[in-house]
Amino acid sequence: MADRYEVRLSGAGGQGLVLGGVILAEAIALFEGINAVQTQSYGPEARGGASKSEVIISDGDIDYPKATKIDLLLCLTQESCDKYSVDLKEGGILLADSRMVTKLPEGNYKVYHLPIIDTAKDKVGKVFVANIVALGAIAGLLKSVSLENVEKAVLRRVPKGTESLNRRALSLGYELVT
Amino acid sequence: MKGKEVFFQGNEACAEGALYAGCRFFGGYPITPSTEIAEILSNRLPKIGGAFIQMEDEIAAMASIIGASLVGKKSLTATSGPGMSLKLENLGFACITEVPCVIVNVMRGGPSTGLPTGPGQSDVMQAKWGTHGDHPAVVLAPASVQEIFNETVRAFNLAERLRTPVILLTDEIIGHMREKIVIPEEGVLEIWDRSRPDCSPEEFLPYDTSKGIVPPMADFGSGYRHHVTGLNHDASGFPTNKPSLVQPEEERLMAKVTENLDIIEKYEHLKKDGAKVGIVAYGSSARSAKAAIKQAEEEGIPVDFVRPITLWPYPTEPTLEMAGKVDVIIVPEMNLGQMIDEVQRCILGKARVIGVNRVDGDPITPENILEKIREVV
Amino acid sequence: MAFNYDKYMRPGKLPHIWCPGCAHGIVMKSIIRALDRVGLDKDRTVIVSGIGCASRMPGYVDFNTLHTTHGRSLAFATGVKMADPSLNVICVAGDGDSLAIGGNHFIHACRRNIDITMIVFNNNIYGMTGGQFSPTTPHGKLASTTPYGNPDYAFDVAELSMGAGATYVSRGTVYHAIPLERQIADGITHKGFSVIDALCTCPTTYGRRNKLGSPIDMILWFKDNTVGLKAAQKLSPEELEGKILTGVFRNDIKPEYCEEYQKIIEMAQGAVAGG
Repeated sequence: MADRYEVRLSGAGGQGLVLGGVILAEAIALFEGINAVQTQSYGPEARGGASKSEVIISDGDIDYPKATKIDLLLCLTQESCDKYSVDLKEGGILLADSRMVTKLPEGNYKVYHLPIIDTAKDKVGKVFVANIVALGAIAGLLKSVSLENVEKAVLRRVPKGTESLNRRALSLGYELVT
Repeated sequence: MKGKEVFFQGNEACAEGALYAGCRFFGGYPITPSTEIAEILSNRLPKIGGAFIQMEDEIAAMASIIGASLVGKKSLTATSGPGMSLKLENLGFACITEVPCVIVNVMRGGPSTGLPTGPGQSDVMQAKWGTHGDHPAVVLAPASVQEIFNETVRAFNLAERLRTPVILLTDEIIGHMREKIVIPEEGVLEIWDRSRPDCSPEEFLPYDTSKGIVPPMADFGSGYRHHVTGLNHDASGFPTNKPSLVQPEEERLMAKVTENLDIIEKYEHLKKDGAKVGIVAYGSSARSAKAAIKQAEEEGIPVDFVRPITLWPYPTEPTLEMAGKVDVIIVPEMNLGQMIDEVQRCILGKARVIGVNRVDGDPITPENILEKIREVV
Repeated sequence: MAFNYDKYMRPGKLPHIWCPGCAHGIVMKSIIRALDRVGLDKDRTVIVSGIGCASRMPGYVDFNTLHTTHGRSLAFATGVKMADPSLNVICVAGDGDSLAIGGNHFIHACRRNIDITMIVFNNNIYGMTGGQFSPTTPHGKLASTTPYGNPDYAFDVAELSMGAGATYVSRGTVYHAIPLERQIADGITHKGFSVIDALCTCPTTYGRRNKLGSPIDMILWFKDNTVGLKAAQKLSPEELEGKILTGVFRNDIKPEYCEEYQKIIEMAQGAVAGG
């Protein structure tokens, strides 16, 4: 069980967090050759409400597919940060958007308080690529996946014609942490 | 397994498995959390000359797949609890008329609308007993995305081989979970088709059991004109209420299952030396159970495990064997205690049986089960 | 020369279950003559029904026949037709079967304009269960569940069908068996969803209770109380008061469902540019 690594992407419905989780898990499962399972939970809203997507990474079998002791938590809203930071384990990574999350939780975490949404909005010019900016940052923080493989996975899942936009979002996110 | 590696959602694997098995007709109605199956097949079926139709309600969806199957097309519908309640009417029709088809129920929480986006396992007894009247039930309960693919294929195979509807019971967790799976190359998994008559249309009897318990089936439109009715009928397919004909035909419907257990039953049975605790779990709860068993082992507690993959008919033999060895059997399920009754029934009082039950919309965690293991040891 | 029905009847299946004096047999014979007139291949024709007196009709005739659950004939038939659009698909149903428990399937089959012919054996009552009021029982009439008179108002099958989108809609009666036969034949050849409202009689559970006279009186009632659509144009509203209109209400060309789906198949397979 020691090699189990748990990632939770959280925020509001419509921020592309489920897709973000799918891309991350696919990059790991298909291109890194390590097991990864992705799950999600959501409310009835297609937009807004609380949304979370989880990726469990392991060298071994992943029996229980949900996160219980989170190693890396992404929060794109204050609500999600308030709700989910309790599941973050001691010494875990908290990746929070610096515009949306103003009140950070107390605790022994490695905190990355970064302009994820602003980078998407101002530097890429499309706020909807915030999930990909976040993926770039996660790729920079995770040992189990390379930026190249995340990019490969991104390009498989994003709509045609948005490839360069997403590539840029990903590398800008990566630069935020490296 | 030779094939293509993909990163699939459970519902995606179900749709892909159906196509692999030869499904050429889908009739459905939108309902969370099963809708992806319909969405995928609405895209894929026309590409291979199949047909997809979104019907006006769940009842009609179930009816449409029986109609399509009578024309010879392997047919599928997918739904979730509230929709399953509506499909039960025509599920019984498919049982008595012996029309092969596959029904997927991606279980969610609660009676009625309940928890539309939350997982549940509360439809396991409905799957067996839901439609009225005595009827055979073949119900498969996969626990991983790969298993959803494989068991969907097996569901079609069993439906065709036994001429009976087969239910694939998944739940919101594995339906929406994504894992790496292998889509096998064509020919890797065996595909069964219904047997068709080899006699002339004049000699044809739609329920002729002279060559076996499962009668050959003719497609509507193929020249073998015949009558299909939900009334009790004789070998000719026409209604009868003669006791001497009704009783054996009803018994034969059940015997199609009980006499074919070798191809229907499927389970996982893990045995540990010195285990005094056992677990019976299915579907996504079985994953939590497996994680709990590994943690218990690290704590020095060996635990035996039976996981029915075919949920109905229930695998009595391994459960009874486990009961002879352990003192306590734990049955974790996302309901308030359903399969636990079946476990009780088949172990003849040889062990104590206790449940771990959650219906709050959150899955049963390995910790929930582990606590119970520690408690009983 | 008398028409020979034997060619279309299953040997040994008569007598039917219908009561003496029931007019369902007249509708059945009209259907058989219509099928003969159109020249349908028995092997390529599927007749589907639900539950009720009318729904027993497919068992007597020599086609591919499917006797399903209450109200669901059109839903089963839709699966049959979509699975093989080259099959001729005909549904027969009573008024309760098609318009109450099967009402949703009915309006949606109309809306899709799927090439199925629906013949409603409309006798204003649930006969098989002993005479309960149906969606076409007139207001005020007696039934076993309206001992004080029916508080409901009846559906007009033709208006309902047209409102829902059926492209061939007609009404005939068992008194006018030859026009009924012609309407059924036209409905079958029509490409799209056809509804034939076949007015018939239930002397046993409806006529007796409402003192409508003998079975023959009930059939003759149609002679005096129906007006053909053309003739109706020349009559004043006062003259039309209480009369039932018969004839072909609609015969339109509109894209048919299976043909539309065939286009989707071609689009999905890339045969249509720009798809």
